[in-house]
Amino acid sequence: MKRILRLLALLVLMAGASIWLATGANRGWTKTSVPVRTLDAVTGIEGITYQEKFLPGVDFLGAALAGAGLLAGASFFFRKAKANQQPQNQK
Amino acid sequence: MKLTHILPLLTLATATAVSAAPESFDFKDPKGVNNAVFSLDAPLESVNGSASGISGTVSFDPENPGATTGKIVVAAESMTVPNPMQKEHLHSANWLDVAKYPEISFEAKSLANVKTDADVTSADVTGTFTLHGVAKDITVPVKLSYLKGKLSARVPSLKGDLLVLRATFSINRDDFNIQKGQYEDKVSPTINLTLSIAGAAVK
Repeated sequence: MKRILRLLALLVLMAGASIWLATGANRGWTKTSVPVRTLDAVTGIEGITYQEKFLPGVDFLGAALAGAGLLAGASFFFRKAKANQQPQNQK
Repeated sequence: MKLTHILPLLTLATATAVSAAPESFDFKDPKGVNNAVFSLDAPLESVNGSASGISGTVSFDPENPGATTGKIVVAAESMTVPNPMQKEHLHSANWLDVAKYPEISFEAKSLANVKTDADVTSADVTGTFTLHGVAKDITVPVKLSYLKGKLSARVPSLKGDLLVLRATFSINRDDFNIQKGQYEDKVSPTINLTLSIAGAAVK
């Protein structure tokens, strides 16, 4: 169990960091939409529309780190399983 | 004087009178391009967003831009930021309270320092800015571009003129009782606003 929790913690941390890096390492807050600017040729005005897109930020990275920390911390509540237990009254 | 001589003079006089009359420009944009951009400094990342629900009318006389009057209204509900939690806070009763105060408006009262170069007029517009239920007189530097006969280039089914209005200015949220004196370490009290809108006068 101890080992499983620690592996899970590593997995959560790696997955969180990978997603954050792969989506552009946004150092701001997490966004669920991004502004798309289009130029109106007649007026010269830049129109702004929002396109749905998940862009994880530092809060996402922090949540992954906290999740990994909790899992790793929980692993300390489990004792290491003894490999070869010997019967006590062996004579 | 014969009627044949009077008629062309009358036509000319009527045409002059018509061209000199102020035009009423409607700023409800059928193409949805009009927008008001806002930004507030914050420690991690500035809060940047925009509003698209713009309406209002402006009376503009190309022969006398200094006499421009009008009112621009922004639907508070249309204010958007890319972070859903920030948007929820922005619309909530603690901040803009869009349910109670659905409109943000600016009504022009007078123009000063009017400078016109060809079809572009720049001026300092004084008017009443209403936000969060508080009305306050402010002066805003505005640039007006008059695009004669250009409406059909945007909306082929319509003929008329366009008026492009651009303004960049700042307000203080404390002046409008928006979390007055609160959270200044997290959200700047200064709100930067940029308005880029086009109105149409159909003929």
